[in-house]
Amino acid sequence: MASKKSWPLWEVFVRSKNGLEHRHFGSLHAADAEMALENARDVYTRRNEGVSIWVVESKHITASNPEHNGELFEPAQDKVYRHPTFYEVPDDVKHM
Amino acid sequence: MSEEQIKSLEQKFNQRIDRDEKIEPKDWMPEKYRQTHIRQISQHAHSEIVGMLPEGNWITRAPSLRRKVALLAKVQDEAGHGLYLYSAAETLGISREEMYEQLHTGKAKYSSIFNYPTITWADMGAIGWLVDGAAIINQVPLCNTSYGPYARAMVRVCKEESFHQRQGFEIMLKLANGTPEQKEMAQDALNRWWWPSLMMLGPTDAESVHTEQSMKWKLKRKTNDELRQQFIDQTVPQADVLGLTIPDPDLKWNEERQSYDFGDIDWEEFWQVVKGHGPMNKERMKARVNAWENGAWVREAAMAYADKKEKQHSKEAV
Repeated sequence: MASKKSWPLWEVFVRSKNGLEHRHFGSLHAADAEMALENARDVYTRRNEGVSIWVVESKHITASNPEHNGELFEPAQDKVYRHPTFYEVPDDVKHM
Repeated sequence: MSEEQIKSLEQKFNQRIDRDEKIEPKDWMPEKYRQTHIRQISQHAHSEIVGMLPEGNWITRAPSLRRKVALLAKVQDEAGHGLYLYSAAETLGISREEMYEQLHTGKAKYSSIFNYPTITWADMGAIGWLVDGAAIINQVPLCNTSYGPYARAMVRVCKEESFHQRQGFEIMLKLANGTPEQKEMAQDALNRWWWPSLMMLGPTDAESVHTEQSMKWKLKRKTNDELRQQFIDQTVPQADVLGLTIPDPDLKWNEERQSYDFGDIDWEEFWQVVKGHGPMNKERMKARVNAWENGAWVREAAMAYADKKEKQHSKEAV
């Protein structure tokens, strides 16, 4: 059983309706992309959850490591000047 | 890592859970958290998959097209729920094959309720009404559990599950209001499924070995006994609507507790079934192992075809 090559894992992304982005829905196993699409349709869209499906083999996704969250994301925390409320504008100035 | 480092990581981890933060697959987690989640999520997945068998037994014999499409859709949902849950467990580092192996060798358990036979059509009603009813009570709190992939899978499961219970209740209602023979059939199904449904919510708190740790990790939000009382309190009035009698002579409203008192559960039976001596344990496992083994050539052929196409594709590219 284990000696045979098993079906790879795929990540499934579904667009629930036009105008919205594809969102990660889950994963599944399939022999190839076509089967992954068909399985995704059966597993994740039985109740009109989608109008478009993307599948990508999980091994092609590179994920950031939570242990590096500090160096990756903390620098953004003290950059308040990237937000509009940092700037002082008199109350009577409209449309800004 | 030194023992001290692990201790400090564990402390931070527990604080995150106390703050209701979710844990995601690549986050550091204590080994015991990982193992407990693999055990619970995979057993939950196995229960969905084995749970298709008792109902699959009736798909071809459903009494009308309406009942047949509903039952088919329900069984298909259960396959889907099993797949959501297997994928959630896989994010913790166990492979799908390993989980199947554990199921097939009896190392992993599944819900003991599926080791009872479905001998009449009314059993489809009783399963939907009682077994799915008890499952919902178990599952709703899990939508808020600490492990992100499990919680997300449970949100999907719970959304889909309520039709399961309603279609079961509708079957019971129709039979209970039918001919005397039909009503008797419904009563007989209730008689057989009532006690196993109560057992399904797990051993009493005093006997439950995992409860305390699981509550800390929010893998459990209420104890088995609390869930069981909730199930009884909400199901008794439903049985009254059906005009059926719950097979427990000690069942009585307790004004003071604002809850139903109920009779003793035969835990000896529960443990016998868990240990593999239920009426259908062998048959269920045989069906799963056969499905896996007889499907092997299909899985291999699909993989060989995918490999061949891939090779052709790269040849064309050159």
